[in-house]
Amino acid sequence: MKKQPATVSAAPQAATAITASDFQFIPREEKAADTVVRPSVSYWADVFRRIRQDKVAMISLGIIVIISLMAIFAPFFCPYDYATNNLSAINQPPSAEHWFGTDQLGRDLWARVWVGARVSLLIGLGGAIAPQIVGIFLGGISGYFGGWVDMFIMRVIDVGLCIPELVYVTLMMLLMGSGPMAIIATIAMVGWMGSARFIRGRILQFKNREFVLAAKAQGASPMRQIFRYILPNILGQQVVTITAAIPGAIFMEAYLSFIGLGIKSPMTSWGQLSQIGSSVFRTSPYQLWIPGALISVTILAFYLFGNSLRDALDPHLRD
Amino acid sequence: MGKYIFRRLVISIITIWLIATCSFFLLHMLPGNPFATDQILSQDMIDQLMDYYGLNEPLWKQYLTFMGNLLHGDFGTSYKYAGQSVNGIIAQKFPISAQLGLQAYLLSLPLGILFGIIAARKRGKAIDYGLVAFAVLGVSVPVFIVAALLQYVFAIKLQWFPVAQWKSFSYTILPTLTLAIGSIAGRTRTMRTLMLEVISEDYVKTAKAKGLSSAQIVWSHQIRNAIIPMIPNLGLEIVSILMGSFVVEQIFAIPGIGAYFVNSVTGLDYTMTLGLTVFFGVFVVGANFIIDLIYGLVDPRIRVVK
Amino acid sequence: MSEHLLEVRDLAVSFDTYAGEVQAVRGISFYLDKGETLSIVGESGCGKSVSIQTIMKLLPSPPSRIKSGSILYRGEELVTKTDKEMESYRGKEFSMVFQDSMTSLNPTMRVGRQLCEGIIKHQKVSREKAKEIAIDMLRQVGLPNPEKTYMRYPHSLSGGMQQRVMIAIAIACNPQILFADEPTTALDVTMQAQILDLMNGLKKRLGTAIILITHDLGVVAQMADRISVMYAGKIVESGTADEIFYNPRHPYTWGLLGSMPSVEQSSRAAKSELLSIPGTPPDLFAPPKGCAFAARCNYCMGACLKEDAPEFKADDGHMVRCWLMDERAPKVTPPVGKYAAVTGSAPAQIPAKEEG
Repeated sequence: MKKQPATVSAAPQAATAITASDFQFIPREEKAADTVVRPSVSYWADVFRRIRQDKVAMISLGIIVIISLMAIFAPFFCPYDYATNNLSAINQPPSAEHWFGTDQLGRDLWARVWVGARVSLLIGLGGAIAPQIVGIFLGGISGYFGGWVDMFIMRVIDVGLCIPELVYVTLMMLLMGSGPMAIIATIAMVGWMGSARFIRGRILQFKNREFVLAAKAQGASPMRQIFRYILPNILGQQVVTITAAIPGAIFMEAYLSFIGLGIKSPMTSWGQLSQIGSSVFRTSPYQLWIPGALISVTILAFYLFGNSLRDALDPHLRD
Repeated sequence: MGKYIFRRLVISIITIWLIATCSFFLLHMLPGNPFATDQILSQDMIDQLMDYYGLNEPLWKQYLTFMGNLLHGDFGTSYKYAGQSVNGIIAQKFPISAQLGLQAYLLSLPLGILFGIIAARKRGKAIDYGLVAFAVLGVSVPVFIVAALLQYVFAIKLQWFPVAQWKSFSYTILPTLTLAIGSIAGRTRTMRTLMLEVISEDYVKTAKAKGLSSAQIVWSHQIRNAIIPMIPNLGLEIVSILMGSFVVEQIFAIPGIGAYFVNSVTGLDYTMTLGLTVFFGVFVVGANFIIDLIYGLVDPRIRVVK
Repeated sequence: MSEHLLEVRDLAVSFDTYAGEVQAVRGISFYLDKGETLSIVGESGCGKSVSIQTIMKLLPSPPSRIKSGSILYRGEELVTKTDKEMESYRGKEFSMVFQDSMTSLNPTMRVGRQLCEGIIKHQKVSREKAKEIAIDMLRQVGLPNPEKTYMRYPHSLSGGMQQRVMIAIAIACNPQILFADEPTTALDVTMQAQILDLMNGLKKRLGTAIILITHDLGVVAQMADRISVMYAGKIVESGTADEIFYNPRHPYTWGLLGSMPSVEQSSRAAKSELLSIPGTPPDLFAPPKGCAFAARCNYCMGACLKEDAPEFKADDGHMVRCWLMDERAPKVTPPVGKYAAVTGSAPAQIPAKEEG
């Protein structure tokens, strides 16, 4: 018989601390009192703790807050109106008089940039939320009720997703004209399908779980089951999805306005400012750099914050 | 496999029909007519023009004519560019846009995949951080800013390449690069994530347990399986490059089809908008169909599951 | 000293994660001789898989890290070997059968090519010759129509067939040690028996030593010569199959045996209840100071909370890590084993010992 090499036959010296009195059985109840219980922290408190510890997230959030505050308040404290022409002061570079300079019609760019920020951020937020609302509604119905309703909505989405984005954009622009609402509607038109599919999947996953069935047994209406019992469980992911969709919506506005299908002068947005800026880029480059930098920084901040938020909500996804 | 192809084909045809029909009726529901914006035209002339283009016919008849022509590949005549057919404009301008798009696509596809693989393999090292930073910046900066930056640095300051226009190959370099950067960045990020996912797959462990070298594992087990989930998105990429090309064409003064499309939408040039929309639709749907076929060929599971 | 085929001494493995260090394996020692089957038994998450994947160095590092200990294969130290050096061991000297054959086979590669890869690498043969060997392997593991199976993709095979392919891949280069990580857990019961028969047959024919990881004591009874019971990253009891089944000494082993249904048990009306072990295993982020099983143990004493028990010798080669073995401890009659009224599986199923 071979000897197990690591087996020690006698108790080692460490056992000196153990005395005879230690060889008494401990009843289960007493033992339970001894065990250290970790402080229980609610899920959302834990998420906030993690977010606060994340430097990138806090800096991004800071940038977002500053830009939002500027968008809200800066135009009120600016002596110039964003739409008033001043042909005696055109294409002036940034100065003490005009902090961001003036455009080719002599309009103050400081005022225009922050009014434009309102439009761009509004579209960013609206464009991120609108498709979710439609998607949650239709996806919820589809997933909860199933049957032919589900069949119909899913087939519509199958085909709808095959239609290129550009076609939706064209048609919605033609139908609704240009303006923030038209752009949000366009984004919603393109985006609802993906989110409806996702929500449907989650509803199917949750609708037969015990806590939903219990609510159903107590007579909760389908809408109540969806909104009160199922949606809170996917709220975290929806927050992440919405945050992640904001940069896309801001991009869309900038893109459309830039090629001339979006916001039109005298109303303004970052995309529209960039378009005008790029037309005078050779002589007055600041007219492109300023709105361009703001778009880039804002998108970057939202993007990084979105990533951190996703990690905080689900640490398993962290790289 | 045959059933899979057939199913994809049917969906593609339905999609194209839907695009054409929806676009047609939407455009004809819009208030105003394409000639009303031109001040010089008298009411008489407008009526004549409306007659000439068949716009006074009942809608269903116009639709049948439109669909009939469409089946023959005829998109009709532009209202604005007198005497020019939509087909003529596409034939003349699309090749330029297509060259731009194709060059950008062919540049971004291998580069993005390569960068993603490198970043994932060197995870946590300096090169990974560099590539991730590039990827994040690349998807955050709008294409017109990238264009302006490249133009400013390489054309105006360094004078390596022409500033604008489209005459020889050297003119195409900056626009191609501009258009490709966003795609490269996006693809680097996707490929990196997919590679990291694949690295922890069980079959990679099996391959390692067989004693294969890490080069062999990366090449025959990881890359192939990481690329497969990316294939369906290649179609979306075509759309985004197409849309991006409109911006790039505008900035670099490239005589592509983008300007015609934008002008037709703002100028209510119905046939032009309709023609171009359907054309782009067919183009993208066709490209997606081909990509679906490739997907089916590359991933053996798809043929059975779908 | 090193007459054992494989000897693991005091091996500790940790994972460095975002949340801190997870001490997955906390100092385990065992050995394996040629042609024998050692079974490592324990609940999921106790460190069984980590231990054997560490031996083959399959775990990516970081996050995993060998903290201490040594792994001797035929007297050669493996801990210090580089990944490149390990390549000639993997597949040739050691090979592994994983639990989930569905995910363990590359879904986009034909079965044959996956088999040939290892053969070409280790046996240095041409493609054609490798194919011949591969088809022969598929036949050996009892796959019908091996030529056709060679050309198929994994998803078109059933779970049992996939696991046979995995075994074919594992034994293709005639390894000395076959690690089987819950090879039958994902299969249904009839398939389980077939796969175990196959593995037993191969072991007899090829003389391969097997380390079998499982939580299923029924499987252990059919296969194992010796058994190590693992709990929370440590081996709490080890001995021959007979010793563990008929003379278990650790309360955790009692719990494991007690939770296994048996024919005799259900025939006794009074004793028809299955035992279960209350509670869950401890958090390996911060393992308890004393015995890791203390919190769930019915025989917990003061000593157990103060300090982890040393290894006591119950018999030659029968090791128990429990304070109950101390002479000062009260004498306890085990609820299972030879002292108890009921026993586990029928003795006939436990193979006779082959070692000398």
